[in-house]
Amino acid sequence: MTTSPHVHDLGMPGTPIDARIQQAIADSVETQGEKQAALKAKDMKTDQEVRWCPGCGDYVILNAVQSFLPSLGIAREDMVIVSGIGCSSRFPYYMNTYGMHSIHGRAPAIATGLAASRPDLSVWVVTGDGDALSIGGNHLIHALRRNVDMTILLFNNRIYGLTKGQYSPTSEVGKVTKSTPMGSLDHPFNPVSLALGADATFVGRAMDSDRKGLTEVLRQAAEHRGTALVEIYQNCNIFNDGAFDLLKDPATGPTWTIPLRHGEPLVFGPDGASCVVRDEFGGLRVAETNQVDASEIVVHDATREDPSYAFALSRLSSQDLRYTPMGVFRSVSKPTYDRMMLDQLEEARTQGPGDLEALLAGTDTWTVSA
Amino acid sequence: MTALEPTTTPGSSAPGGLVKSVVELDRVVIRLAGDSGDGMQLTGNRFTSETASFGNDLSTLPNFPAEIRAPTGTLPGVSSFQLHFADHDIMTPGDAPDVLVAMNPAALKANLGDLPGGGLVIADSDEFTPRNLAKVGYATNPLEDGSLDGWQVVAVPLTSMTLEALADSGLGKKEAERSKNMFTLGLLSWMYHRPTEGTVRFLERQFRRKPGIAAANIAAFRAGYNYGETTEAFAVSYEIKPAPMPPGRYRNISGNQALALGLVAAGQRSGLPVFLGAYPITPASDILHELSRHKAFGVRTFQAEDEIAGIGAALGASFGGALGITTTSGPGVSLKSEALGLAVMTELPLVVVDVQRGGPSTGLPTKTEQSDLLQAMFGRNGEAPLPVIAPRSPGDCFDAALEAARIALKYRTPVMLLSDGYLANGAEPWAVPAVDELPDLRVEFATEPNGAAADGTPEFLPYLRDPETLARPWAVPGTAGMQHRIGGLEKADKSGNISYDPANHDLMTRLRQAKVDGIAADIPPTDVDDPDGDARVAVIGWGSTYGPIGAACRRIRRSGRSVAQIHLRHVNPMPADLGEVLGRYDRVVCPEMNMGQLALLLRAKYLVDVQSHTQVRGLPFRAAELAAVVQDVIDSTTPTASTGGTT
Repeated sequence: MTTSPHVHDLGMPGTPIDARIQQAIADSVETQGEKQAALKAKDMKTDQEVRWCPGCGDYVILNAVQSFLPSLGIAREDMVIVSGIGCSSRFPYYMNTYGMHSIHGRAPAIATGLAASRPDLSVWVVTGDGDALSIGGNHLIHALRRNVDMTILLFNNRIYGLTKGQYSPTSEVGKVTKSTPMGSLDHPFNPVSLALGADATFVGRAMDSDRKGLTEVLRQAAEHRGTALVEIYQNCNIFNDGAFDLLKDPATGPTWTIPLRHGEPLVFGPDGASCVVRDEFGGLRVAETNQVDASEIVVHDATREDPSYAFALSRLSSQDLRYTPMGVFRSVSKPTYDRMMLDQLEEARTQGPGDLEALLAGTDTWTVSA
Repeated sequence: MTALEPTTTPGSSAPGGLVKSVVELDRVVIRLAGDSGDGMQLTGNRFTSETASFGNDLSTLPNFPAEIRAPTGTLPGVSSFQLHFADHDIMTPGDAPDVLVAMNPAALKANLGDLPGGGLVIADSDEFTPRNLAKVGYATNPLEDGSLDGWQVVAVPLTSMTLEALADSGLGKKEAERSKNMFTLGLLSWMYHRPTEGTVRFLERQFRRKPGIAAANIAAFRAGYNYGETTEAFAVSYEIKPAPMPPGRYRNISGNQALALGLVAAGQRSGLPVFLGAYPITPASDILHELSRHKAFGVRTFQAEDEIAGIGAALGASFGGALGITTTSGPGVSLKSEALGLAVMTELPLVVVDVQRGGPSTGLPTKTEQSDLLQAMFGRNGEAPLPVIAPRSPGDCFDAALEAARIALKYRTPVMLLSDGYLANGAEPWAVPAVDELPDLRVEFATEPNGAAADGTPEFLPYLRDPETLARPWAVPGTAGMQHRIGGLEKADKSGNISYDPANHDLMTRLRQAKVDGIAADIPPTDVDDPDGDARVAVIGWGSTYGPIGAACRRIRRSGRSVAQIHLRHVNPMPADLGEVLGRYDRVVCPEMNMGQLALLLRAKYLVDVQSHTQVRGLPFRAAELAAVVQDVIDSTTPTASTGGTT
């Protein structure tokens, strides 16, 4: 093994890693762009055999991610994918980046420590509905409220796949599964509503089979500074096949899907028959386009500071997926946790780097002479 | 008083024309007790600082309830601070106080049982009102009913004298009353000839934004001092000469402070940024507080949403090339277990500090115990060995922290550092170390491929081990060409790919164990203290029992018996020669503040008939009690022919 000594000078401002962070932030665009220019989708693949079930929606997502990542201009070595436990969490093994397949629900916490100490890296979390919303719900909401610079891909298949088919925190009420023979009693989470409740600065939703839409949401998420959450509807063809057919079926999809395009009126359905208008309580409701004045139709604005508009959008859909908005719900700019942490370190160093000798001695010493 | 040979000298004439005498003592134990809101911890800490700067050796035992403010004047609300200081080297905060300062009836009732007959009680007579007496079940006033005849009692109206001293301060009665702890400190400072400048400076600094309060506290402090000088209530003051100590620069330090400074030093000496992920928990939170103040050293502190996120974030930072640290107490370790397993599996450096407290469950949050040893050793699923290190005294927490970081970085492993509540809050004089004499903890990151694929392409094998340490290479994100994936699933040897192969799992399990076991070759041999060289009974301990066991051994030796003290800093792995060392003694006694956890390990590992002596009272051992136990063992050990008996 060849290694180079990691040397440093005591008392110098910062440490080598800190210095590298500063450097990387300073000239990230140019160097990363250069390094990455020639990369293709195949460069993102590893030699590991992909072990999802044939027909799993995860393949589609993996391919989409591998295809669009090179275009982001981030070097492979500067990217880290952290995952939890579950089918989706095998994702890092198939990406030629740095990665950690961690423990159930904890990926956002691990990624937070990594991103907060290495703002130069592009940190991604891949998680599922059970991993992120059940066992790891706490870490998810806290990562979102802190606005740590990371991108969270939440694969939502509305079922526990790896443990072979129990209901998940996004399963519909009454779902009959191995653990709920008479139907589940839990009311499901709407992950987008949950994220917006935590004041997430970027929240999007995409469909596994919609390569174009998925890539567009992922691109915006990747470019966002702060915590970005993308809910990806993902079909589990073994334990919950057809969960999203209402939205995927060309016969029904356009009726029940509300595409979100920033700056465009929220009109959808065959022939634009449906639209979104404000209701009398300050929320939103679906209306028939020909029954309302064009000025009443809401124009989508993902950049609204107040998350209640995006939240109202997320509440249009029911648990059976009718009126499901797809796209970017919210994308606002706020200082990121890692950057602010670095700023505090820099501020603390304005008086000079720490003096260890002085620190150890403290303010009250006495001397015993020989 | 406990002076061995008190010498009385005629004192100077006080302003009132009183002639006061000065008695020289070799050591004294004072316990300050009052309501949680009376500021006893602050008073104790100030008296400790005065004593430290005077040059006595000292040891402290703060003892306070978990409630921030229990109902005023009740027994559960009593907070105390015990300080032992001497003109010689001491090892414990003292078995029992010589002097008890009781700020109210509850403080008297809760602590009187510990004060030996003849001891001095200084009580605030103002607080002994019918209402306060009734709160703790005193039918009559103990200061007047003769029930304290076995002790020396000085009843002093501390509250009203404080109010009187602050009559012109402009403060309201309630505010002025709060300074009674400083009045008391002034009185004690006079009684024990403590230097006072430090306290004045401290008060000025502490209340620099409230000059009125600062002035009032200083006035109360001086009034207390002057009261001592002029009152007839105290005819004697005491002198305890400075203790001889090795030359050098000293400061007073608590265990939590020392531990935090040790972690900062580890960052500086390794050249790595320090990242602490922690969730507030008693009695470990002060480490988080201390580290959060040292951002100028590149120390990042992250107050996580829970214990799991604390260790998770620390491990994430370690993956990124930081010195990852998480600090907690027993209940937090329970929550961190799964992530600890991940750290064992991913073989990343991580320092886990467990400041132990009484358990199980929430247990006794503010009291000390050593009952997390087996949790540290085995409290994870699967075979998940990790090194365990325990400091022996407040100052030693500094060195132990550096040692934990050294092992974590060198062997790429989580290390458990077991402090406890007694070490955390206790304080002692500490020789300030020279920075350039601290261990060099520099590490090498892997930057080049260390293997080749079948087609000859260079590749990085994240689990190709260093043949000597068995540590795996540490390649941090951002290093081109070294991309790799790690995780909790079993790793294939060398490549680190997922492997369910039976033989590989067996190999990897043994490798992880061998790596930790191998550290035994990289630590000092067993620390044995047997000044007579002929001891046949050894007392073995670990962690904070070092002081009480050491003090007990000194007592035993003073009685003419020989005894050996063995103390473990490295609890896992233990020193390589420990089995052989234990075999030299006829009997081995192991005192622990748990139900015999180290004894269990020693018996299992070395087949030695270790006699366990246990106590879980939330307080450190008393040296006298320990000495009696060990003395019984010595006296019941059949003399061999060579040592003979008396005729």
